[in-house]
Amino acid sequence: MSAPAMGTTKTAHSDVAPKKKRGPGALATAYLVIYNVVMTAGWLVIAVGLVRAYLARGSYHGLYYTIEKPLKFFQTGALLEILHCAVGIVPSSVVLTGFQVLSRVFLTWAVTHSVREVQNEDSVLLFVSAWTITEIIRYSFYTFSLLNHLPYLIKWARYTFFLVLYPMGVTGELLTVYAALPYVQKTGLYSVTLPNKYNFSFDYHTFLILTMVSYIPCKSLSYPPQYTTDVQYYCSWVVPRIKYILRPFDILSNCSPILHFKSLLY
Amino acid sequence: MSRTTFFEVEVLDGRTRQQLCFLDKVEPHATIGEIKSLFHKSYQQLYPARQDLKLHPKGKSLRDDDVLQNLPVGTTATLYFRDLGPQVGWTMVFLAEYFGPLFIYLLFYFRAPYIYSHQDAFTSSPHSVVTLACACHTCHYIKRLIETIFVHRFSHGTMPLRTIVRNCVYYWAFSAWLAFYINHPLYTPPSYGDMQVNYALAIFVLCELGNFSIHVALNNLKAEGGPKCRKFPHPTKNPFTWLFFFVSCPNYTYEVGAWASFSVMTQCLPVALFTFLAFIQMTIWAKGKHKTYSREFKDYPHLRMPIIPLLL
Repeated sequence: MSAPAMGTTKTAHSDVAPKKKRGPGALATAYLVIYNVVMTAGWLVIAVGLVRAYLARGSYHGLYYTIEKPLKFFQTGALLEILHCAVGIVPSSVVLTGFQVLSRVFLTWAVTHSVREVQNEDSVLLFVSAWTITEIIRYSFYTFSLLNHLPYLIKWARYTFFLVLYPMGVTGELLTVYAALPYVQKTGLYSVTLPNKYNFSFDYHTFLILTMVSYIPCKSLSYPPQYTTDVQYYCSWVVPRIKYILRPFDILSNCSPILHFKSLLY
Repeated sequence: MSRTTFFEVEVLDGRTRQQLCFLDKVEPHATIGEIKSLFHKSYQQLYPARQDLKLHPKGKSLRDDDVLQNLPVGTTATLYFRDLGPQVGWTMVFLAEYFGPLFIYLLFYFRAPYIYSHQDAFTSSPHSVVTLACACHTCHYIKRLIETIFVHRFSHGTMPLRTIVRNCVYYWAFSAWLAFYINHPLYTPPSYGDMQVNYALAIFVLCELGNFSIHVALNNLKAEGGPKCRKFPHPTKNPFTWLFFFVSCPNYTYEVGAWASFSVMTQCLPVALFTFLAFIQMTIWAKGKHKTYSREFKDYPHLRMPIIPLLL
């Protein structure tokens, strides 16, 4: 992830707010632009590959194999973003970024790649397409932000599509893990049993079940902070629009549940 | 006309800026602690330990012993309040954190029902190292409990409730996890047999004694110094404190040593993982303490490292 529109605009106008974190320097900005452009291009390749394969075959089935290699390459490449946060050229939390990227990498390698039988599932296509669209928009958003020329369309797309793509991706991921469960149990994949020299045991099947259970709190908690640097912008953009939509309900403000819901917003 | 000008104190909520309390006729030499007690009279559930008062909403918290007239305020002081949530005294925190592992490990050692398979309930392990490990673990936590009750003097009064829940879950869950493997019917004793166990046990005992000596030394430092006179710890006649020549926080060094030797003694991976995590946490604390010492005392010895002699 790279610096957002707000941050870089302010730092570009030098010493405006002394309390604001320093944005990336010129060299770091150049590197980040290249990184984001490469990632955008990569995910575009995946998107194009998916569309072409679908048009050629005429069905949704088995499209994973056509984009397997670029998907693995570019999703694993996202690990660099943790490094960016750790080094400080991107003002995001290392922990949150790490958590996000690692959960994606885990799904790519430890579930989809490791359990071959799952690769034909439609749920794989579901999360791959969700990721592809999300990442294309996200990386182009960052690219344009770094160049201080962010088209409103991309900003709009990012926050609007996110509302559909995020649940879509989470559903695809959950269904894929669920589909992998019987094969993991049968083969004892990545599992260690007692007795052994180091007195340790690990059941991958149980681990996957726990992962699925943890999706509910984890994925819903990291919903806005996925764009940690844009939380304020998100709130300032979305909340007025929700308020506008809820205006007709103001006459019902005597009704306490509605009041409670609205008070959660502002 | 009386010479003493009384202060007026206005307490505002840090977030909403609403006035919560207005105190007039406050003595100039009143401390923040006394103001907190006065505030408590208006709000019964907000006892002083739960109150956080500041001069600016985003500023540093004021200490309880800060005197009102020494603060940069006029005769009408505006303080910003924040509710720290339910607080628990440090002693209570440590007692809860340490009784848990003590009790839980023993549950696993005596193989309480429903943990292992039905025929293994209330059986005992044929390996002597398992009993030894139980003794070591139990003694470790009993020592910690004794220190909490008799040795430690805590500078801060309390800790938020959420932290104690989090810490307890961590300690209790981890001790359950490692006790599960050590007391398991399928436990495999160490590869190098009794030699490994005995050497590890010796190092464990030495580290425990060392850790205890350091805690006593630190406590004596606080006792003779008092809160105002700050000194940093020095090696004493006790050989265990000679680690102070090399390390700022030898209590953490000994603690890591004790857990490392416990993992070698049991040859159990979860114990090693626990040791590793504890090492990371204690290194962070030791580095912080080392930095505080170095900044505060100009004559702080250069040879000292935070936690590992000559290395870290």
